[in-house]
Amino acid sequence: MEKEDFNFKPIQPPVELIGKLTAKARQLRKDVLVMLAKAGSGHTGGSLSAVDILTALYYYVLRHRPDEPDWPERDRFVLSKGHAAPALYAVLADCGYFPREHLETLRRLGSPLQGHPCLCTTGVEICTGSLGHGLSLANGMALGLRIDRKDSRVYALLGDGECEEGEVWEAAMSSAHFKLSRLTAIVDKNRLQIDGATSEVMNIDPLDEKFRSFGWQALVVDGHDFKQLLSAFRFAAQERRCPTAIIANTVKGKGVSFMENNLEFHGRAPTEAELKWALAELGK
Amino acid sequence: MGSGGTGQVERFSLRSAYGEALLELGRRRKNVVVLDADLALSTKTVRFRKSFPSRFFDMGIAEADMIDTAVGLATTGKLVFVSTFAMFAVGKPWEQIRNSAAYSGVTLNIVATHSGISVGEDGSSHQCIEDIALMRIIPGTTVIAPADDVATYALVMKLAEHKGLSYMRLTRPNLPRIYPEGESFEIGKAKVLKKGTQATIVATGSLVWPSLQATDILAEEGISIGVIDMHTVKPLDSKPVIEAAERTGFIVTAEEHTVIGGLGEAVASLLAEHHPTRIKRIGIQNRFGESGSCDELMDLFGFTPEAIAREIKEAL
Repeated sequence: MEKEDFNFKPIQPPVELIGKLTAKARQLRKDVLVMLAKAGSGHTGGSLSAVDILTALYYYVLRHRPDEPDWPERDRFVLSKGHAAPALYAVLADCGYFPREHLETLRRLGSPLQGHPCLCTTGVEICTGSLGHGLSLANGMALGLRIDRKDSRVYALLGDGECEEGEVWEAAMSSAHFKLSRLTAIVDKNRLQIDGATSEVMNIDPLDEKFRSFGWQALVVDGHDFKQLLSAFRFAAQERRCPTAIIANTVKGKGVSFMENNLEFHGRAPTEAELKWALAELGK
Repeated sequence: MGSGGTGQVERFSLRSAYGEALLELGRRRKNVVVLDADLALSTKTVRFRKSFPSRFFDMGIAEADMIDTAVGLATTGKLVFVSTFAMFAVGKPWEQIRNSAAYSGVTLNIVATHSGISVGEDGSSHQCIEDIALMRIIPGTTVIAPADDVATYALVMKLAEHKGLSYMRLTRPNLPRIYPEGESFEIGKAKVLKKGTQATIVATGSLVWPSLQATDILAEEGISIGVIDMHTVKPLDSKPVIEAAERTGFIVTAEEHTVIGGLGEAVASLLAEHHPTRIKRIGIQNRFGESGSCDELMDLFGFTPEAIAREIKEAL
């Protein structure tokens, strides 16, 4: 596993901002768990590991207008690891893209909130779910925005297991080849996939060196540390020559002790009893 | 609508007609973007590349990435045309086409060249005989196989106004011209080229011309056969097929494609439900292609006018 490196200068975000994001992430984790328990199925671990990254993006980094989802100048976000949809839905609802009540309909027949992201959900930029597509989709968005001379940025969130897909590296080649410096890929590196530890199923390390050798700038951060996340996003935005990969070391199931690093919660929802304990742990 | 003699017939390139149409679309519309996977010289997208380099992207030999990049571009309001050989345009990135392009509902045009066995010497790895089937089965798609260069140009221009995911298959060899220059086409509206009394051939793509020729051969023997050019395989234009079935009672389908899942099955399904009719499906019968010259292979698979005429005569 890569060690967090500070080959970039960390910014000093105001203490109040960090406090605000931390509180927001705690609330979003609760939303995710309630939503999943109600749905009775879904991917808990990979949703929780991505919550802090999504919080940093949607509440600080992204230029977006929830009341004008098609705003042409907006930044684009692609959830390439589509199984973390509950985390994205919690964020979109909280931002005001759609009513919070929709969260209760996750995975139900007729719901705008499909098991994996789909364009029927306001605020979702593109359908994902099948792994490996998102970086290519993001490249296309970045190319289109560049043709239109827009300065919007494009962000794609990938899973670490997902990086076993060949298309990710086809896309990584393209992003660098076309010098898509307004593109940032974040890898939610929670080190677990369905069949076990990523290092044992199909080792993808060292990820940062892989991206660098493909012509990217690569930054390694603690994916649950807002100071590091915000610093990395700021640093990425200053890069003018190449795309940036942020390897975010995370914990699968982050925030709930009995879900952390627990493979069982990759693809299952909490029971009512588990939800109660989890909410108690997350507190107010 | 002459089908010409059996001797030397002038033939025209469908691929060049595609390249020409792209160029014209590029001139007319600033949002046209073209992607290719290292085959721009063969697919003829090279002309667009030369004229509009900032709107052309060579994605290298990486077709899955190409399809998803095209989808991303489409979300920013670009009218995207994606081209490579049929095997690599549809076979390799089918899942990208299904999950990102079709399911998202974006407008995207995949125009593939080198479909079918007429690819010739390169052999089966490069002879895509399943592309119509692969594209037909995806919800909401449009599937087109023009019969000559005139139809190719006209239908590519029509694609620029057509919503959703569309697939056009072109064959590599030049084909005899069936239509007068400037002939107009509508996506989803078949061309009834000839009316007959004893059977009707519903053909698509490269087999429209040999089908017309076959009816000339049979006419000399007093056998009256009609021909429909089903340039749009999906959505299938049902009206002329049902009318022909009612009139002639026997339908022959002809496609340079496997009979499994292609035009033949589309027509058979339509008639089974709406007007049960005797059907003969001419196409590739549950086997792969192989190396050989285009003419040798067309002969081997029974796609010559003589072979088609013989099949129909035997079936009658």
